[in-house]
This record gives sequence, C-alpha cells and structure tokens, in this order.
Amino acid sequence: MIKLIGILVVAAGFALRFNTLLVVLAAGIATGWVAGMTFNGIMALFGEYFVENRYMTLVVVLMVPVIGLLERYGLQERAETLIRRAKAATAGRVVLLYTAVRQISVSLGINLGGHAAAVRPLIAPMAEGAARARHGELPEQTVQDIRAHAAAAENIGNFFGEDIFIAVGAILLMKGFFDALKIEVSLWAMARWGIPTALVAFGVMAWRTRALDRRIARAAKPPGPKEGRT
Amino acid sequence: MKPLITVEFFYGVAGAMLALVAGRIARDAGHPKRWGSALFWGLLSVVFIFGKLLPPVGTGYLLLAMVLLAAAGQVGRSHEATSSKAERVLRAGGLQDRIFWPVLLIPASAIAGSLGLAGIHFGPFALVDPKQATLISVGIGMLLALAAGLKVTRARIAVPVAEGSRLLQTVGWAVILPQLLAALGGIFAQAGVGPVVAGLVAQALPTQFPFVAVAAYCLGMALFTVIMGNAFAAFPVITLGIGLPLIVQQHHGNPAIMASIGMLSGYCGTLLTPMAANFNLVPALLLELPDKHAVIKAQIPIALVILAANVLLMYFCVYRF
Repeated sequence: MIKLIGILVVAAGFALRFNTLLVVLAAGIATGWVAGMTFNGIMALFGEYFVENRYMTLVVVLMVPVIGLLERYGLQERAETLIRRAKAATAGRVVLLYTAVRQISVSLGINLGGHAAAVRPLIAPMAEGAARARHGELPEQTVQDIRAHAAAAENIGNFFGEDIFIAVGAILLMKGFFDALKIEVSLWAMARWGIPTALVAFGVMAWRTRALDRRIARAAKPPGPKEGRT
Repeated sequence: MKPLITVEFFYGVAGAMLALVAGRIARDAGHPKRWGSALFWGLLSVVFIFGKLLPPVGTGYLLLAMVLLAAAGQVGRSHEATSSKAERVLRAGGLQDRIFWPVLLIPASAIAGSLGLAGIHFGPFALVDPKQATLISVGIGMLLALAAGLKVTRARIAVPVAEGSRLLQTVGWAVILPQLLAALGGIFAQAGVGPVVAGLVAQALPTQFPFVAVAAYCLGMALFTVIMGNAFAAFPVITLGIGLPLIVQQHHGNPAIMASIGMLSGYCGTLLTPMAANFNLVPALLLELPDKHAVIKAQIPIALVILAANVLLMYFCVYRF
C-alpha cells in the first residue's frame, strides 16, 4: 500500500495547484524512496526515461518553426476562407470529418495529422471558419469549445483507429505479452476485435459534434424577447 | 546493417532549434524572465543533443534544475510581436492556396514513409532503421515543409526561428511535461505500483460473476491508465493481475477479445487524465486555450460512453467467441 504514495502526491499536488513539474518530480522521488532507491538512483531513472522519451517532444519542436512561418503568412486565415466556400460545412462536421479521416488513415498504418501539424494550423481554423460563415462573430467561449473538440477529434481518431492495424505498437505489445506467457493469440483476431469499438467511437463523435453545432447556434443567436428579462 | 539516417539526427536538429530559442531569449533585454528562461531552454537543448552521451544521473540533475527553474517562476514568455490579423489576411490573399503546399508535404511524407522508407537499401546500408521509420518520415516531412515554406513565402530563415520560438514559449515549461510523466510512469513500474493496484481491485469486487470480472478489467485498465498516463504501461499489470486470472482462467474467456477491448478501455483512461500531457495538456496550450484542462473536459462524455460500450461489448463477446 505504501507504494501508492506517488499517486497520493500527484493527486494532492494537482488539487493544491502546485507547479505540475514539481509535483511529478516529487511523486517520483517519494515512490522511489519508499521502494528503497537512493536519490542518485532516482535521478538516474528520471534521466534515463526522459532521454528515452524525447520522441514525445520531438514532433512539437520540429513542427513549430514551419507552422509559425506559415501562420505568419496567413495559413489559418486561408484555411478559414477556403471552408467558407463549402456551404454544407459546420464546425461539428469539419471536426467529425477529421475524426473519420484520422481513424481510417491510422487503421491503414498511415500516421497523418497531429496536434501541431494539423489541428492548430488547419482543422481548428477551418472549424471556426465554418461556424463564423454561418453565425458571424463568435463569443470567445464558443471559439474555445470548438478548438477543444478539434483537439479531441485528433485524439479519438488516433486512438480508436490504431488498434485495427496489426503492425503498430499496441497490437505488437499485446502479442509480445502473450508470447512471453506461452498463450496462443492471433494478431488478426486482436486487430479485428478493435473494429466494434472504433465504430462506437465514431458514433459518439457524431453525437458530440452535433451537440457542438447546437451549442454554437444557441450561443450565436441573440436572446429573443422571452429570454431577456431585465 | 547500419541505418544511414537515425532519429538521433532529428534530436540534434530539435536540439539546435532549442539552442536558438535560448539564444534569442538571452539577447532579448526586454524579456520578463530573461536568464531563467534562457537557461531552461538551453538545458533542454543539451538533453536533446547529448541525451545518449550523458550519464543518466547527469541528465537527471539537469532535469531537476529545469523543474526548479519552472517551479520558481523563472521561465516565462517573451513579448515578441507577430504579424497582425489584417497583415496576414492580405498576405494570404497574395499567396492563395500555395500556402497549403508545405503543410501537405508533412502527411505526404508520412504516407511515403509508411509505405516504403523502411525497405530502402543501398548495398549493405539500410536508409533508416525500420523501427524508427514513422518518426524519421515525420522529421523528413518537416524539413521538406520548411524548405517549401521558405520558398513559397520568400521569408528569411530567421522568420521561422522567431515564430517557432514564440510558439514554443506559448507552450512554455509544459513542453517537457510529457517526458517527465513518462519517466514517472517508469518509476512507478520499477517500484511495483501496478500489482498493488491490481490486487486491490481484485480483492474489493465479487469477481466470481463473469460480468464483474469484465467490468473490473475494463475499469481497472481505464483507472490505471489515468494514474500512469499510458495504456501500454497499464496493460501488462492489469492483464496479469485481473484479466488473465479472472476472465481467461476462471471464466474461460477469449484472450484476443479481452486484450483488444481491454487496451481500448485503457485509451478511454488516456482521454481523461492530465498525466497524458502530450495528448491533453500540450494541445490545449498549442491552441492557446486559457483552461489547460479544456481538452480533457471535452473528452469526458466521449470517454465515458466508449468505456461503457467496451464493458458491454466485452461481456457479450468474450465468453461467446
């Protein structure tokens, strides 16, 4: 039980709004300490895993110069202009379409998209543009709502498409796990059983994006005579 | 066979970019947190470039210094100005759709990379290590996109550096959060946190009922992923502690169905947790949302519905096929 101290540190630290980096470091030190590691040993583990996981930060660092350059020359504005031509476009539909593209491409083993490479420069501005084309200027709250859902579409499309492709991390990890225990499990069976959840995830996104469109319409509509009671 | 291009090369490129950020801040007399910020980005640059050469304990202490700088409030954003909205609309009109070409090079390169990069050889030399093909194709795509972007806009090389520096400072110290959390997950695993969690769940519930076993496994995957920030870390722990003994051995369920839907239940946990900072917090900062939990909040109803559906799907399929 004492080994769970790190989880307690994280929960308490997040709740008390201490600096997140400090909380995470403290949780690691506390956990390592109750497990009998030395301070230098804990620092070495942090160093080792930090270097091993550089790939997580790599894409953001490599992507920002290009995205920043193109944004300075009007990339987001152009994406908005483009979407205004599509009469059927709504913010929700743009986000839902991106979910589908992401799910399908990932399930074929092609990793296109990403928060830095697609959501910020293209998808979020297109969704906002579609909403502005229909409703005019949007309240700040609504703009944030649209952006948060564009980011969510990236995650959901990515996660719930991935497990259908057999040559990716998740399926190979599961296969390796069962192989080590000498349990016979086929790659194809595991990939196939990822499909029902992928369909459910898309259905849920269809529901959430329709709800998003309804919220946008409500927020953009000036209050009618019945609602205004000053 | 030795690969000609490894991902270390791109870590070097990223490290050079981080060094440029540090240098820009150090020369910016108007920066509110000039020396603390310059040191933070400088140290990160060192870890990126020399990560494999430094002893892990040395990297650990560099990391400690970065965390303390951030916690002391010494890492801040510059006041560098970017172009105005009107200026950008004007430029966008001039460039028309040519502005999209560089961005489209990134997915194009990802497709090319997944299709063929891993198989290219020059005599005894492979072009890339197949395990790193995805990261490398993204890296190559980015360099091509940068070259195309400079050509299309006719901007000087200083412009992407300045804009990239501004964007990175928007994300700020949180940029290292995903890596730090991954390290915490590693320490949790080393200390044996997982079996304790799995044991608690298995003890607390009447798992002699097949439905309870399924629910305990799916919820255990989601819960432990919330704690670890990573479903891959949760999978072996929860599957050994709950899935295999209860669903497969006690109730004779199908391991492939269990594993597949179980992993996807873990992903529902990923959608809910600030521990998965690269998916949830960094995007909120990249999109300049004032509430850094806004992405998680949007994902809560989605994750809960998918998780409930997973429990039902697994219950109806795992004992049947």
